[in-house]
Amino acid sequence: MADLIAITMKINGEPVSATIEPRQTIADFLRSTMGLTGTHLGCEHGVCGACTIRLNDVTVRGCLTFAVQCDGMEVETIEGASESGRISDLQENFVSRNALQCGFCTPGMVLSADELLADNADPSREEIREHLSGNYCRCTGYQSIIDAIETTAKQRHERLGDE
Amino acid sequence: MNKILTQAFLDRPNSYVGKSVIRSNAKRLVQGRGTYVDDINLPRTVHLAFCRSPYAHAEIVSIDKQEAEAVTGVLRIVTMEDIKDYCTPWVGVLDHLKGLKSAPQWPLANGKVFWQGEPVAAVIATSRAIAEDAVDLIDVDFKELPAVTNMMTALEKETPVIHPELGDNLCFERDIEIGDVKAAFEEADCIVEETLHFNRHTGVSLEPRSIICDYNPADEMLTLYMSVQCPHMSKNLFAKHLGLDENRVRVICKDVGGSFGIKLHTYSDEMTAGALSVMLGRPVKFVADRLESFTTDVHARDHELKARAAFSSNGDLLALDIDDVTGIGPYSVYPRTSGIEANQVLNLTGGPYRHKNYRAKTKVVFQNKNVMCQYRGVGQPIAVAVAEHLIDEGARKLGMDPLDIRKKNFIHSDAYPYTAPSGAIYERQSHQECLDKLVEMVDYEALRQEQIEMSGGPILRGIGFVSLVELTNPSPAFYGVGGAKIASQDGCTIRLDPTGGITCSTSVTEQGQGTETIIAQIAASAVGVNIGDVRIITGDTDVVPYGGGTWASRGAGIGGEAALQAGKELRKNILKIAGAILQTDPRNLDTEKGLIVDFATRKERMLLSELGRIAYFRSDILPENIQPELIATKHFVSRSYPFAFTNAAHACHLEVDTDTGLVKILKYWVVEDCGTVINPQLVAEQTRGGVVQGIGPALYEECLYTGDGQLINGSMADYLLPMAAEMPDIIVGHVETPTETTELGAKGVGEAGTAGAPGTIMNAINDALHQRGAKVVHMPFTPDKILRALGKI
Repeated sequence: MADLIAITMKINGEPVSATIEPRQTIADFLRSTMGLTGTHLGCEHGVCGACTIRLNDVTVRGCLTFAVQCDGMEVETIEGASESGRISDLQENFVSRNALQCGFCTPGMVLSADELLADNADPSREEIREHLSGNYCRCTGYQSIIDAIETTAKQRHERLGDE
Repeated sequence: MNKILTQAFLDRPNSYVGKSVIRSNAKRLVQGRGTYVDDINLPRTVHLAFCRSPYAHAEIVSIDKQEAEAVTGVLRIVTMEDIKDYCTPWVGVLDHLKGLKSAPQWPLANGKVFWQGEPVAAVIATSRAIAEDAVDLIDVDFKELPAVTNMMTALEKETPVIHPELGDNLCFERDIEIGDVKAAFEEADCIVEETLHFNRHTGVSLEPRSIICDYNPADEMLTLYMSVQCPHMSKNLFAKHLGLDENRVRVICKDVGGSFGIKLHTYSDEMTAGALSVMLGRPVKFVADRLESFTTDVHARDHELKARAAFSSNGDLLALDIDDVTGIGPYSVYPRTSGIEANQVLNLTGGPYRHKNYRAKTKVVFQNKNVMCQYRGVGQPIAVAVAEHLIDEGARKLGMDPLDIRKKNFIHSDAYPYTAPSGAIYERQSHQECLDKLVEMVDYEALRQEQIEMSGGPILRGIGFVSLVELTNPSPAFYGVGGAKIASQDGCTIRLDPTGGITCSTSVTEQGQGTETIIAQIAASAVGVNIGDVRIITGDTDVVPYGGGTWASRGAGIGGEAALQAGKELRKNILKIAGAILQTDPRNLDTEKGLIVDFATRKERMLLSELGRIAYFRSDILPENIQPELIATKHFVSRSYPFAFTNAAHACHLEVDTDTGLVKILKYWVVEDCGTVINPQLVAEQTRGGVVQGIGPALYEECLYTGDGQLINGSMADYLLPMAAEMPDIIVGHVETPTETTELGAKGVGEAGTAGAPGTIMNAINDALHQRGAKVVHMPFTPDKILRALGKI
């Protein structure tokens, strides 16, 4: 076994220090060590997108990122994003439009949608579909997810207009 | 008054049935607060990883585990010899599939391996990573044997027999011949025929198969945390094969990350986990990785069908003749068997039409590939695509419109109940209404005009239709009569709590379809409470009534009816107590939104919470002859018909790029008749998700094997799945023909989308390609196949 490595990072705003194996992915670290099981592992080879997290405000694959790479960085998971309240409108629209069934892809899907809406406040349906091309959903057929994201963008736009 | 008293439950003022109630359990999932099996960590858990066969067929000469055992953190490495006393083998046969045979299957390879991915040895370690490290160090000496992979030659004399004790590679065969097929073809004005190929694909639930087996030797109790659709079936099978008292096996099923029929079979690795937990007396966790999912989750389809149809000159369908071969891997899967899919193809081909002469044959053969068994749609995607292709071909040859030929041949609406030539009995179908409604939604004339305008260019447009029947709400005729302990009845228990809310436990299970929500809608409506005051419990065999679970589109129809009857019984009990408290005839009272009201005036008489308070804490003030029973249990099983058949009509508008061979789906429409619609949004979403799971295998998905049985695309990067960018918007309409076999009137809806989509896509592509005299019948319709059909490559 390789030597353990000490790392320090902020996870969902809280400071964390740990000593870990260099081969451990951030997804495994979050799930096993931190108990943050909202980050899901669907393929463990970077395709399905269920393990999507934010690292210094950029979405990454938790299964393709080693925990040691996150040393000194800020990690945000679905738990942190939910508790921040930043995406509560998006989450409410996912629920009311039934944009999830089994829920396994959902944390990754929501964080990808969050990233899209931060970059593009008024995406077309095609742009939403294109942006989600790194996130698989096996249950919904995607349409309800597109609807939920589109509705969120419109509502945010309307709220801005009101102000 | 009498009229009001017999008021239908669906029309009650408190009814939630027919409303798009939001799924309350989705709130935790959208925040990442679900509990899937791998999220559960029990004290003293050990982790399991498998050394699997790299060969499709081989003898095991020796297994050297010495180096692997030396890895720090490895607790035990076992082979079949080591767990023989802990687990008995299983054989996947059912008595009613006459002649179906299979070989005993062991949890770990017993001297030979029969497919690439079969588990050979199991490593128990303190972490999954360490267990996987050790797997790499196990040295197995295999003597490779010839692999039987081509199902079309599996029965030939020169082909080796996979299980010599069975005598040949035939698992099951069935022939149907009704009417005079020979004469019908001789007298026909128009005959069409084709050989169609249905690719082997798999479910790819995003959450892999996962299990924690927790055997506590002190109380001789095995608790299984499973990602499964049928907790009671699993309880029975683990008890039976691990030699445990079934009363001391408990299955707990929390959130399930997709299942689609994949998670209701017996898997060697999961049974090994059970045996090892009993052996070690501590929790054993196994979570499949994605390669293990691709090589060991059941695959589906893999059929080649020769099919022909006979028509009269005016388009009457006179006869159908199909000859099916399907390859199912080395074993018939236990306990549901791998004969059911072929059986469904035979039973349901041509379902919507009143053809009288029918010949259908199937041969189900063994091969050295992963096992094949029931996955969403089960045979119906094949039955639908075959018949609907022949119907379209007949229309083309006769110069008829594809809609006209369908309408001409539908079973007449006054002919129900109708017995199809295969013996399938349809209570009532609405093919004509569904197709009429579909055509209104599609604007058919405009699309045809557009097609003609574009026909000279490189992009060809096509419009495809199918009409279909779909089996739901199965009775014991599906599995029970064959000897399998798979319940076809389900139960529901509803309790009025002192708060005035209700707690409802049901044996049907939730995998994201919305089971808990529709049960809550029905229970709230029947008891007369607000839906926010309903708690639903599913997925724990120690808690819920005994039942089948959720598969074969049975949750709403069977589980829903049980909930309705339990709710009605509880309401009756509530009104009896209310009558005593209010000193009035219970028949003058009703429940509504958490209140006892006067039946006629709907005026509030008392709160249900007040009734609860009196019944639970102050029953001393009730008359002595009143013993409050504020809990009721009812069960339901289909009796009058073996199955409740639903029907639907699908349409797809797409374009084929004749330069690249790429297909772009422009729009997709479905009109679905699943009887009473309990929740329109959930029905629509089941339909959309189902359609996309049918589009996948039509265009992208295929488990690709080499001639020597190696799966060459066992990753999500190589196995292509439908993604957001390629999928169309799907418009869903409803026609409601309630089944009269239940008060609720609901039939299933989970699989009909998947049943219809492959045939619809095929018909639409061929409607486009026909303009250049080409067609495709070999799924998936990848660009190379389309370009080849066009003669471009």
